[in-house]
Amino acid sequence: MNRQPSQPETRPETVGGDNTSTTPVAAHTPRSALGRTGLSRGALNVAFQAGAFLVALVITTLVLLVAGAPPFAAYGEIVRGAVGSLQSLADVTVAWVPLVVCTFGLLVTFAAGLWNIGVEGQIMLGAVFATLVLRLLQDTNAPAWLALTLAISAAMVGGGLWAVLAGVLKAFGGVNEIFGGLGLNYVATALSLWLIFGPWKRPGVGSMSGTEPFPEQLWLPQFSGLRLSPWGLGLAVLAVVIVGVALSRTYFGLKLKAVGRNMRAAFLLGIPTWQYVLAAFLVCGLMAGLAGGIQVTAVYHRLIPSISSGYGFLGLLVAMLVRYRALWAAPVALFYAALNIGSIQLPIVLKLDSSLAGVLQGVLVLCVILAEGARQRLLHRPVSELPAPQEPGRGAPEHATPVEDAL
Amino acid sequence: MDVEIRDIHKRFGAVRANAGISLRVTAGTIQGVLGENGAGKSTLMKILSGFQPADRGEILLDGRMAHIGSPADAIRAGVGMLHQDPMDFPAFRVIDDFLVGRPGGISLSPGQARRELQAQAEHFGFSLEPNREIARMTVGERQQLELLRLLWQGAGVLILDEPTTGISAPQRETLFAILRQLAAEKKTVLFVSHKLDEVERLCHRVAVLRQGRLVGEESAPFDTAQLVRLMFGKEIVVSAPRSTAREETVLTLEGIEVEDARLHVGPTSLEVRAGEVLGLAGMEGSGQSLLLRVCAGLMSPVAGRLLLDGHDMTHRPYRSFHDRGVAYVPAARLEQGLVPGLSLTEHVLLSERHRGPLIDWKRGRAKTARRIHDFNIRGEPDNTVESLSGGNQQRALLALVPDPARLLLLEHPTRGLDVESTVYIWSKLKQRCTQGTAIVFVSSELEELLRYGDRVAVLFSGRVSAPVSAALTSVEELGELIGGKGLEPAA
Repeated sequence: MNRQPSQPETRPETVGGDNTSTTPVAAHTPRSALGRTGLSRGALNVAFQAGAFLVALVITTLVLLVAGAPPFAAYGEIVRGAVGSLQSLADVTVAWVPLVVCTFGLLVTFAAGLWNIGVEGQIMLGAVFATLVLRLLQDTNAPAWLALTLAISAAMVGGGLWAVLAGVLKAFGGVNEIFGGLGLNYVATALSLWLIFGPWKRPGVGSMSGTEPFPEQLWLPQFSGLRLSPWGLGLAVLAVVIVGVALSRTYFGLKLKAVGRNMRAAFLLGIPTWQYVLAAFLVCGLMAGLAGGIQVTAVYHRLIPSISSGYGFLGLLVAMLVRYRALWAAPVALFYAALNIGSIQLPIVLKLDSSLAGVLQGVLVLCVILAEGARQRLLHRPVSELPAPQEPGRGAPEHATPVEDAL
Repeated sequence: MDVEIRDIHKRFGAVRANAGISLRVTAGTIQGVLGENGAGKSTLMKILSGFQPADRGEILLDGRMAHIGSPADAIRAGVGMLHQDPMDFPAFRVIDDFLVGRPGGISLSPGQARRELQAQAEHFGFSLEPNREIARMTVGERQQLELLRLLWQGAGVLILDEPTTGISAPQRETLFAILRQLAAEKKTVLFVSHKLDEVERLCHRVAVLRQGRLVGEESAPFDTAQLVRLMFGKEIVVSAPRSTAREETVLTLEGIEVEDARLHVGPTSLEVRAGEVLGLAGMEGSGQSLLLRVCAGLMSPVAGRLLLDGHDMTHRPYRSFHDRGVAYVPAARLEQGLVPGLSLTEHVLLSERHRGPLIDWKRGRAKTARRIHDFNIRGEPDNTVESLSGGNQQRALLALVPDPARLLLLEHPTRGLDVESTVYIWSKLKQRCTQGTAIVFVSSELEELLRYGDRVAVLFSGRVSAPVSAALTSVEELGELIGGKGLEPAA
């Protein structure tokens, strides 16, 4: 019985201070203090989110002022950079693809109550595996479609294996997935650097610009004149839809959620808990690997040192920002992708660092989570206590009886 | 200390937990507060002890208006509350827990505290070893510690919320003796319960709450029928259920021995037949929970064989037991039985065998609505389980037991439930028995063991008695068995 992985110490739900159901099933909401304010619950939610957005803008503006930059020009530049031309719209979509794929992968691990910090390394491993397959096949007569299919499949396998490794460390080694993931990220970075500067280095000297690009027939086809590949986009949308449906409409998703929220009860309900923990890691790893594979086959056409471009960590932010609701993850990921792309021109035009987008993205997440906390404090509390208020001690694990040891 | 509460109102959304309750309690009184689950008892007590603010109303202590905004305010004003679940720090030692709530400065004086703790404990006849880890103590001992702490902090009014749930019969007697002693020392005791016999034995006066209102006050000696009428607004008839035991054996234990760090249980040999109800009695921590967990496949026995319907299941994992129709219902609802954050519908879906990967939400909700009706749960299919009251959580837990089940293993199935819910739940369980389900249950309520069990096995520090027939055993005889009489000492 002691083979059960320990209860994840960190529940994603508590980060947002959100204890309400995150299912697509509308939570039954009895009338509460909100009713008396004359505003509907939905309208108030929107008001709080909008308020959070405004506060985030104000803070970012202050940062800009402190840095001595014209805020409105900077914002204008970001908007122009993101949606100013067909080219930039396509670039936003190119950035959205890995981000949304990673975000949906992370929704799966979050559903199981896991902080898959190792997602960055999983993207890198996906990229490494895709590169490996393409390098092996580029000098053979294998048709391009087969090589690319194998490369992307291998990418998913690579990401999946790296994630399952973190899962095995957690389930059987007692290594918290945050520490395991962090460590594996460093290993993945080191691995890709070693490959780029060692066995896979360009003729002559290895360089930070990555490995030798693949012949053009091994690129995923792109729209003419744009960097956007319809194949990459299609794969991303397909993967996102599959994961979205799996989370909201399948027993797999429901069981994951049960495991994430109360592993002991899930076990007693007959759910094989550690298998589900591993499955959550596997699915997230497959998604991250897919993202890495797409970056290699559709964007960079080679392995570069920081192939993940931080999309894994950004995906964590997006997942937190949407409070783990799949429906909102895609549009918010698009918005974040637009911020990333929009700020690329900032250094050139305004002599500002492009990390401004990162400032806004981070501040936004903080503000939204704070607003959610404030909303619950101010308005929500009577509802969550209905009808039998929880004893303050109820939430905490108590009476460490041997059952709990046994599970 | 005199306590007066005036016109207390408290709403939770649409539920009026307290609708204008006024009550006076004079110093030296043991005041019972009686009511079924959800009557508003706990809410009223939490308001009095500062855990929740009232929407409206006043609290007067010794005739002076008291402003109680937090538990710290309450204890400063002399009001201390003993919660249903001990609010201590399981990782601490006794002495640390004792010190932690102590007001007054940074410097602790452990030596002095230790002396005071021991003096207090002696005064009340407790034996509390200051260096013991709280996690290793029984609920009853933790309760005693909590009580001492409150008194040490200067509580003149003691509120006890269902204090007898989860403690053994001797511990209950100790508690009652102390409460009488405290009342004699002019402390005010508010005793919240839904157990009529306890209230009748202990209390000087009783206030009965129903649906958030004070519906009556009575003084000792009490008329049971009158109290029941006040509690429920009607009379409840408890009929003695018939045995439904059949010939075929469901569960066989052959020389089973099980142990954890503290206790060695067995060897024991038992048979439970289809449709039969076997009760496991004993003081808390005598091994009944270990035995139940072995039967569920949650623990492996260290010796002996376990058979289910003739199949050897020894050392098989929980899942195999589960697949053979064994259902285990733990005592800790939100910690082990239910998944906070998931709705009733989601629980029902999880508890059912399903075909195919896709969820039919509409069917799931319809099914849940039926279960809600069948098990008399106050809630909607989309309500999350943590939003239900304790009694409704317990009913929900039982509503999740797969049907048909071969063997039901229940740990304190009606703990914390009022009479009406208990009768109702057992009627549902007995219905299962008529279909051939065998039940093994652990309880600390002797009446429950004898009324609903066909046979009762008694555990005493790990030794298991041969089951006695419930029909031929009186409460007193069972009490003696639980106290260790009639069991040969271990060799």
